[in-house]
Amino acid sequence: MKHLLSIEDLSKADAINILDTAESLSAASDGVVKKLPTLRGRTVVNLFAEDSTRTRISFEAAAKRLSADVINFSAKGSSVSKGESLKDTAQTLQSMGADAVIIRHSASGAAHTLAENKWMSGAVINAGDGTHEHPSQALLDAFTIRQNLSHGNSDLAGLHVAIVGDILHSRVARSNVLLLTKLGAQVTLVAPPTLLPVGVDQWPVNISYDFDSIISEVDVVMMLRIQMERMSEMFFPNAREYSHYFALNTDRLARMKKTAIVMHPGPMNRGFEITAESADSARSVILEQVKNGVSIRMAILYLLLAGSSEGQT
Amino acid sequence: MSQTYLIKDGTLANGLQADVLISDGVVSQIGNNLQSQSAEIISAKNSIVLPGLVDLHTHLREPGKEDSETVLSGSKAAAKGGFVAVSAMANTSPVADTAGVVEQVFRLGKSAGLVDVFPIGAVTKGLAGESLADIGAMANSEANVRVFSDDGHCVSDPLIMRRALEYVKQFGGVIAQHAQDPRLTQGSQMNEGYVSSQLGLKGWPAIAEEAIIARDILLADHVQSRLHICHVTTAGGVEIIRWAKTRGMKVTAEVTPHHLILTDELARTFDPVYKVNPPLRSEKDVMALREALADGTIDIVATDHAPHPQESKECEWQEAAFGMLGLETALSIVNQTMVVSGLLSWDGVVERMSTAPARIGGYVQHGLGIEVGSPAHLTVINPTAPHRVDRDRVASRSRNTPFHGMELLGVVTATLFNGVLTHKAELA
Repeated sequence: MKHLLSIEDLSKADAINILDTAESLSAASDGVVKKLPTLRGRTVVNLFAEDSTRTRISFEAAAKRLSADVINFSAKGSSVSKGESLKDTAQTLQSMGADAVIIRHSASGAAHTLAENKWMSGAVINAGDGTHEHPSQALLDAFTIRQNLSHGNSDLAGLHVAIVGDILHSRVARSNVLLLTKLGAQVTLVAPPTLLPVGVDQWPVNISYDFDSIISEVDVVMMLRIQMERMSEMFFPNAREYSHYFALNTDRLARMKKTAIVMHPGPMNRGFEITAESADSARSVILEQVKNGVSIRMAILYLLLAGSSEGQT
Repeated sequence: MSQTYLIKDGTLANGLQADVLISDGVVSQIGNNLQSQSAEIISAKNSIVLPGLVDLHTHLREPGKEDSETVLSGSKAAAKGGFVAVSAMANTSPVADTAGVVEQVFRLGKSAGLVDVFPIGAVTKGLAGESLADIGAMANSEANVRVFSDDGHCVSDPLIMRRALEYVKQFGGVIAQHAQDPRLTQGSQMNEGYVSSQLGLKGWPAIAEEAIIARDILLADHVQSRLHICHVTTAGGVEIIRWAKTRGMKVTAEVTPHHLILTDELARTFDPVYKVNPPLRSEKDVMALREALADGTIDIVATDHAPHPQESKECEWQEAAFGMLGLETALSIVNQTMVVSGLLSWDGVVERMSTAPARIGGYVQHGLGIEVGSPAHLTVINPTAPHRVDRDRVASRSRNTPFHGMELLGVVTATLFNGVLTHKAELA
């Protein structure tokens, strides 16, 4: 594995290997001294061309726990029209000797563009590209589901996951559909038709417009954030109506299977797509997701960098 | 005295073997075993000799974007592709919305001297879609403009479209519509379907094209004017045009070479060289377009040659410019997709790439076939020779060809414009 651009590039075995590696690294970094010397002398760049706090600090924490040097490069709107081009940014990072670039960008495919153009030789890790993919998020979600519900199995066979909300604009949903189905889970997408992409009928999933009809059948309810600007774009009439039909509220929470869990990639709109009671309930594994995010990202960095040639020291 | 040429051993579009003698800018003799002491011999062995090709949709970028293309470099690319006439789209800077700009482009074409450059006038001022450009002044200018288009933008306001269609009737003009409903395509990046759903690139629904085609066909029929649909890309659009033609409505339509061969699957590379407006569609659409070109529902092939500088394509998909080069590869692609496949005869190619575009554009010195006394506009293609596309060896000033590295079928070995050899290629 040279880059991590899309879940599509991973085989089932690759994905399980990342989850297993994260498990070992999580055990190793749970001690008093959290740091491992594995990536000492290697330079990892956080190239964040779009606002993100959680993903950036999660990758930063992961890199630091592996003793890598971390450079944070915040380049809002890196495009030809808005300033420096992605090419110039990449060549700059190459000149600085970056071993890996973690890129978050508002353009779908930006990580591919960075990796395919040979502007730099380091590994490229996609930390979210537009509305395309967010592979590390899907991996930490699968890790969290496996930890809670797989009964020691390495995959997610037999589990049923509902992903609820703005599928159309969600890179988290796209990566999760690819990964969870690869790992054997059944996935149902729940959203109003306006928030499902044309072409979704060819995805390996079930579609439901009726949250209530499936709430008691699923093992996992994964809520997605609704961007406030979707309302002015008329994807649904108003916030109240959306919440009424598609939010995870106390009534729906009560109807979930005994063992079922609640997930959210954050940041949450409390009171809109998820009520505070649901987010803070005993079923919620939202904070576990955050914690597991660091382990997954350590595993990604470890697998991409530890095997390759040493960086300059 | 001008140069005399003798095209030897070629096959005409009708399948007959004949030599063609050219002198004083016209075809002077057609027949077997022609001899000439003074003529330069052009071998057309194993090749087809066609009337020179006419492109109704070309972006030459001058004035304003000379880093992408100039009238001269675009003329060279045209000649290399077998064209003897091109139609320079109005989206230059400044926009070709006045007599001054179209005359400038017309004169640049004359001084380049490799093809006839027929400027297309804008329909609306600044392509803004709000008020009519100086249509009459452009029509009566030295450039004698007959084709008007806001290409790159749709004339989306139905009232302005109606007025434009009516207004150009006074001098036999035609409105060439870029059919794209702007509201349905805000921020759109690629064909809306399975591939866009996976890539998270904003979809460009087929209906955004088809709705405008349907509306404008009805409008044109109502005011009894001539409508030409630029770059049709969808099976649904084809069906609507077919319906209109069976009712005898005055609509013509074009398809680009790239829409005859490439599909939206290529967007999976996220390489913006495949980003084009209108977007690459599905395999089903490609097949419907080929069929429509074969049965005449689509009248012509037009290149929509759209040069862009490297930095406009060497970036994120959504930041990249729309468009791809077309002039130098058009005939090879038509050969490969239409002739080799048996869908279209060479006579059919002549109709779609020379006769009909000249007729639609009102280019009276073009599309006249190969007849004794007709202007010597001729294109020689060896249809079985491999054409390996190399973006570093194009005549265009830009390199954004989606066919880089591909081996197409058919090489244009000679082009004559008014009896002057404007392109000659030796086969390896």
